[in-house]
Amino acid sequence: MKNKILPFSVIIIFGIIFFIFYKGLEDSKIYTPDVNTKKEIPVFNTKEFFFGKNVKSSSIFELDKVYLLNIWSSWCAPCRQEHPLLMNLNLDNKLNIIGMNYKDNLKNAENFLKELGNPYKEIFIDLDGTIAIEWGAYGVPETFLIYNNEIIKKYIGPLNQELIDEINLLIK
Amino acid sequence: MKFLKFFLIVIILFPLSSINAEENDKRNKITKNLRCLICQGQSVYDSDSEFATSLKIVVDKKLKEGLSEDQIYEYFKIKYGEWILYDPGLNKNTYILWLLPILIFLIGGAIIYKSFIVKK
Repeated sequence: MKNKILPFSVIIIFGIIFFIFYKGLEDSKIYTPDVNTKKEIPVFNTKEFFFGKNVKSSSIFELDKVYLLNIWSSWCAPCRQEHPLLMNLNLDNKLNIIGMNYKDNLKNAENFLKELGNPYKEIFIDLDGTIAIEWGAYGVPETFLIYNNEIIKKYIGPLNQELIDEINLLIK
Repeated sequence: MKFLKFFLIVIILFPLSSINAEENDKRNKITKNLRCLICQGQSVYDSDSEFATSLKIVVDKKLKEGLSEDQIYEYFKIKYGEWILYDPGLNKNTYILWLLPILIFLIGGAIIYKSFIVKK
């Protein structure tokens, strides 16, 4: 009896370990952040981009409206790439595009907008990147779809036509 | 008179610097336990990426606001999820991680006990 328990339990333990490791093989090893959770937008104070006036987050985001918050910077190449898409989105009036200028030189940022156009209804600045952290952002570019002061969806990295179509579908 | 001045300066400066050092230690400890999410295998403390530098500023701010270490972890957990902590808490997603070593240890101990000690 004793002799039977030992190999039996060894087999079971190895079986469990094998099962766990085998399950682990199927999981994606790339960390994918949660992009679908509904979270309240953070409350913050910052400065407006063009005139440097102090603004509160509550005065930018109103209830019952759809907003697209885009974090951008003039030094970020993917932002340059997604900018024409934002310009096209702007033709649609349902959506209010808000810009957050991330760790940027204001002169360079202004030139960026002059060169590629300004799709944003309002822009505020985040000089040290702390507001982006409040939003749970990873870097630039990043885009948040907001309705009723809740983040509906978050897009990390540059937008492409597929994602734009998805946004259009979501706001309908 | 000179000695008195020197003495005063030392008295004024000494406690301040020690408080500062304490805060720095705390900050380092917290940032070492936060994962730099956009880096590979680096903590926020080790990294100089844009993300990590901003995060350090936020940690400083939260410490100044008087938040405790756990409250700061909780804050980042809400913003970025459990993954940002190097030291995950015990919950339904991580219980295997915490309990498996103990389980294996106990089963191993039982096997050793059965095969060596009972035989005697």
